Amino acid sequence: MAEIVVNGRPRDLTGVAPHTNALDFLRACGLTGAKEGCAEGECGACAVMVARPAADGSGTAEWTAINSCLPPAAALDGQEVVTSEGLGTPDALHPVQHEMAVRGGSQCGYCTPGFVCSMGAEYYRADRSPAGNGGPHDRYHGANGFDLHAISGNLCRCTGYRPIKDAAFALGFPASDDLIGQRRATPAPSAAATSLEADEAAYLRPASLTEALRLLRDHADAVIVAGSTDWGVEVNLRGRRAGLLIAVDRLPELRGFSVTDAEVRLGAALTLTEIERRLAGRLPLVTAMTAQFGSRLIRNSATLGGNLGTGSPIGDGPPALLALDAAVVLASAEGTRTLPLAEYFTGYRQSRRRPDELITEVVVPRPVSALTAFHKIAKRPFDDISSVAVGYALDLADGVVRRARIGLGGVAATPIRALATEAALEGRPWSAETVDAAAAVLAAEGTPISDQRASAAYRSAMLGQSLRKLYAEATP
Amino acid sequence: MTTIARPVGSPHSPLSRRPDDAVVGTPLHHESAALHVTGQALYTDDLVGRTSHVLHAHPVQAPHAHAIITSLDVAAAYDVPGVVRVLTAADVPGTNDAGVKHDEPLFPSEVMYHGHAVCWVLGESLEAARRGAAAVAVTYAELPALLTVEEAIGAESFQGARPTLARGDSAAGLARAARVFEGVTSFAGQEHFYLETHCSLALVDENGQVFVQSSTQHPTETQEIVAHVLGVPSHAVTVQCLRMGGGFGGKEMQPHGLAAVAALGATLTGRPVRVRLTRAQDMTMTGKRHGFHATWRAGFDADGLFTGLEATLTSDGGWSLDLSEPVLSRALCHVDNAYWIPDITVHGRIARTHKTSQTAFRGFGGPQGMLVIEDVIGRCAPALGIDPAELRRRNFYVEGQTTPYGQPVRHPGRLVAAWEQVTRTSSLAARRAEIDGWNAREPHRKRGIAVTPVKFGISFNLTAFNQGGALVHVYKDGSVLVTHGGTEMGQGLHTKMLQVAATALRVPLARVRLAPTRTDKVPNTSATAASASADLNGGAVKDACEQILARLAPVREALGEPSWEELVAAAYRERVQLWAAGFYKTEGLSWDAATMTGHPFKYFAYGAAVTEVEVDGFTGAYTTRRVDIVHDVGDSLSPLVDLGQIEGGFVQGAGWLTLEDLRWDESDGPGRGRLTTQAASTYKLPSFSELPEQFHVVLLDHAHEDGVVYGSKAVGEPPLMLALSVREALRDACGAFGPAGFSVELASPATPEAVYWALTAARGAS
Repeated sequence: MAEIVVNGRPRDLTGVAPHTNALDFLRACGLTGAKEGCAEGECGACAVMVARPAADGSGTAEWTAINSCLPPAAALDGQEVVTSEGLGTPDALHPVQHEMAVRGGSQCGYCTPGFVCSMGAEYYRADRSPAGNGGPHDRYHGANGFDLHAISGNLCRCTGYRPIKDAAFALGFPASDDLIGQRRATPAPSAAATSLEADEAAYLRPASLTEALRLLRDHADAVIVAGSTDWGVEVNLRGRRAGLLIAVDRLPELRGFSVTDAEVRLGAALTLTEIERRLAGRLPLVTAMTAQFGSRLIRNSATLGGNLGTGSPIGDGPPALLALDAAVVLASAEGTRTLPLAEYFTGYRQSRRRPDELITEVVVPRPVSALTAFHKIAKRPFDDISSVAVGYALDLADGVVRRARIGLGGVAATPIRALATEAALEGRPWSAETVDAAAAVLAAEGTPISDQRASAAYRSAMLGQSLRKLYAEATP
Repeated sequence: MTTIARPVGSPHSPLSRRPDDAVVGTPLHHESAALHVTGQALYTDDLVGRTSHVLHAHPVQAPHAHAIITSLDVAAAYDVPGVVRVLTAADVPGTNDAGVKHDEPLFPSEVMYHGHAVCWVLGESLEAARRGAAAVAVTYAELPALLTVEEAIGAESFQGARPTLARGDSAAGLARAARVFEGVTSFAGQEHFYLETHCSLALVDENGQVFVQSSTQHPTETQEIVAHVLGVPSHAVTVQCLRMGGGFGGKEMQPHGLAAVAALGATLTGRPVRVRLTRAQDMTMTGKRHGFHATWRAGFDADGLFTGLEATLTSDGGWSLDLSEPVLSRALCHVDNAYWIPDITVHGRIARTHKTSQTAFRGFGGPQGMLVIEDVIGRCAPALGIDPAELRRRNFYVEGQTTPYGQPVRHPGRLVAAWEQVTRTSSLAARRAEIDGWNAREPHRKRGIAVTPVKFGISFNLTAFNQGGALVHVYKDGSVLVTHGGTEMGQGLHTKMLQVAATALRVPLARVRLAPTRTDKVPNTSATAASASADLNGGAVKDACEQILARLAPVREALGEPSWEELVAAAYRERVQLWAAGFYKTEGLSWDAATMTGHPFKYFAYGAAVTEVEVDGFTGAYTTRRVDIVHDVGDSLSPLVDLGQIEGGFVQGAGWLTLEDLRWDESDGPGRGRLTTQAASTYKLPSFSELPEQFHVVLLDHAHEDGVVYGSKAVGEPPLMLALSVREALRDACGAFGPAGFSVELASPATPEAVYWALTAARGAS
């Protein structure tokens, strides 16, 4: 029987439609702590904690905060969820709840359960390390090691965040008898093979890649979902419904991770958080990108495969990966093929991936260039969609640009390489004159449009400015 | 680091006198905090799962900004499984109107904005209602639409009153000026983005009594509109508001029509009906802060003192009047902000555009009026060669002066005190010098610093609204239940009212409980708005408590020194009435809307803020490095609550001025009039990355306000306008990219793109 264990109690999923998201399911169970604020993963009022395999790959469990408005309830079959109601009660507040309450961290209270869950996940993060123990201590990190980015996906309209920050930074560490904390010691639930049908639609979580590829071959109109951070928005905001959803986010073949001298292989279904943690800085350009990719809540669900699969021209993954000369591994029932990312995109949200193919891996060749950077232009520094994104990978030797790779997002119908700019840089001295000339070329790359995020003029200006900024910051 | 000043004062009036053991003044967290953090606090939509047989409503939204509905065929909706009923104009038993100005048809025959709800479909599930709505066939005859204020001005499309606020001879004032400047200041509105979208749940009992649970700041008016639409007397409708997940003015008028749809559906089907808007529906259907367009001419004498001001403020009212007239009045009454402008003429008018009907939003026109004068000062100061902080300070009101509408400015010294304190504690002068040094060294990043004042009038301009009611029950066991006319939207009103009741009755806080706001408990209430709800309802709660105490006095005297419980039990036995209805009205107010003169405000709330920012010259991106605020809340009723209002108001104001970017499709394409920023992904609120790196807020000392409940002052709105210091600091930083004396024009909101264009203009001006 399909069920979710919520706050320790099993909840039956029978008859739940594939378009019913986890939030609506929880609320229908009477657990109304999690709220709908935006239904697109931007506000965090619906955040809950899920026991997931630890992002560092250690095999233990980790309490991971996610937006419950995005995944289908069916995606949580066999999983363990903790909501604000499960963390504590008014008579026995959880430490996170206590700090939030006494410091004035809630005003209207509507966003609060979501904040509490995001903060709870960070409270339980196994590698949270206090400043005294070598952890960072800056604007965004408390002396207790609390990383404020944990709440980058939670919006509060009342408090102005100061008391929430103070509450976060006042937290201690879980007591040894904390049952939620103890849960981390054993492995997270594995992904249950799931087959749920209701409302003339089906949700299938195949147990193996072979089965997934067979399903894709036989159902050309199936929708592939991993973290549902894109699909959930389509369902909630645009009323899209699918006859068949195929979940691939926990297929072992899509969750590989390896680093050799020759390449880095990133499983397509690793979440951005997992990539960030496991790379541990070994691909600085990817680390810089993941740090600005959505919010922590989104990164805990979103996958690189999904980012490439949807093929949005404003996704943050492609500009970085294009600069790194990455390739995409595509698998189908007929076999696998590897395609350079530069040849992957063909049009607005279109690619060379056939409907029967699945992205299984992203391969980044090594060694990578010494000078890399990711520049994201947006209205808000965190958790915003790029107006323009630029990935840089430059090889410099003896003051000359030997090789330049520049990936661009937000300036065309697809992510593109800035080929003319690369040519304007390669073979020339890394100097203000070269950069000024190349910046003018870069400003003319692509065909930016004006929309609600930015004007075309600003987008073009930002391309050129980006290169000047790179030069200024790389030249002490 | 935040410090909370101890309240001090010298009380005179009985209303403001505070006993030594007062519960008011102690820093308490929100009365529902434990419920909030555990997810136990109930909001209107949380009741749906606790209610049987609920029908869900979904609107049919028009895809045009302006059109006549030529046909409406709902038959296909009934073919959708689960659809129960479609509500159209023909179903309205009373009046098909959702506004107090009677210009808002609930079911329109003419579409007045993109997203206008044409009819509503009720279904067994929201999914059924949504599919049913998609099946409704509507045909439209499109009409030309006006989208911008400039278009409306060009077409002379105005609505409502066109007031003029004037004193003296502004032409003569400008004529005697040493320097006269003129300009245009346009700025955007703001979406409330309360985290809880609009929601109503209506039930009808066996006797035809309608009970509507609504997320509303104005239960009485919701009740009146529901009654008006149903064609029943007010006593047949009860409205309850448990609490709101934020309001900010957006739930003062906007809930009424939605509650009426729910009530109509419940009446027609006999089943509970839930109307809950999705975020996109909320953003595309409900009103926002008014954007404004202002033209101005300002004169200064040789010392930089204002000699005169002439201005025309045109607000973007959207398709109907809603609260646009009182918002405009308040804007005109705050163009002076803290400054003495001897000769002044300010015209006001409301554009009618084909957009959502703009409405109340924290500050209610005050921020718009103040933005105009702060923009004038920010642009003129460089040309005058006077530091903007100095120019502001020189023009402050002094004792004995009056506002342009004729009200004496009481306690102008408090603003000076706040200003001097915040400039001192923020080390403004030293940091100005440091920043100048930094800017001289750093080619790519510039810092800016600015200090701005706030003087904000407290009371509803319309005198009649300045009344409050309460119902206080003392039960036989000594426990106390308080109901009052105000609603809780996170601002901590209930917390304050608990403190007021405990103080007035001299009982421990734990003996007092607050019941949800209901129109059958306290009738004829005013909106929880204008920052005045603690003043009004606090006065009423105190009045009710004192009536009870007066009745208890003889019993107490007879018993010697009884405990509260002994006293109450004895009083019951002696047949003393242990409950009372309290009432309060603000004395001394007057307002003539025709001449725009009078004494509309009980008092002014003052504050001053110093903000420092750093701007990236490559991109226009910026960060707020430090904010220092000294704000006047009188003798605080609840310091932690007040601190939260100041910080939250400031950040919300900064959002309006820098980040939040409402965009409508102004093209001539098929999407003309569509709100293109109708989601959290495109309309960005401040997140924690906008929290100032250092944030120091202090309550002004020696601030007792005589004649107000326990010497306190209103706090909800005034701090929002302290955020004007962010905008002025950004202007300062942009100016640092150019030559000295360059007047920076900065768009509002000052997004990174806007800042980039401003600093680029400064750079090019050498």
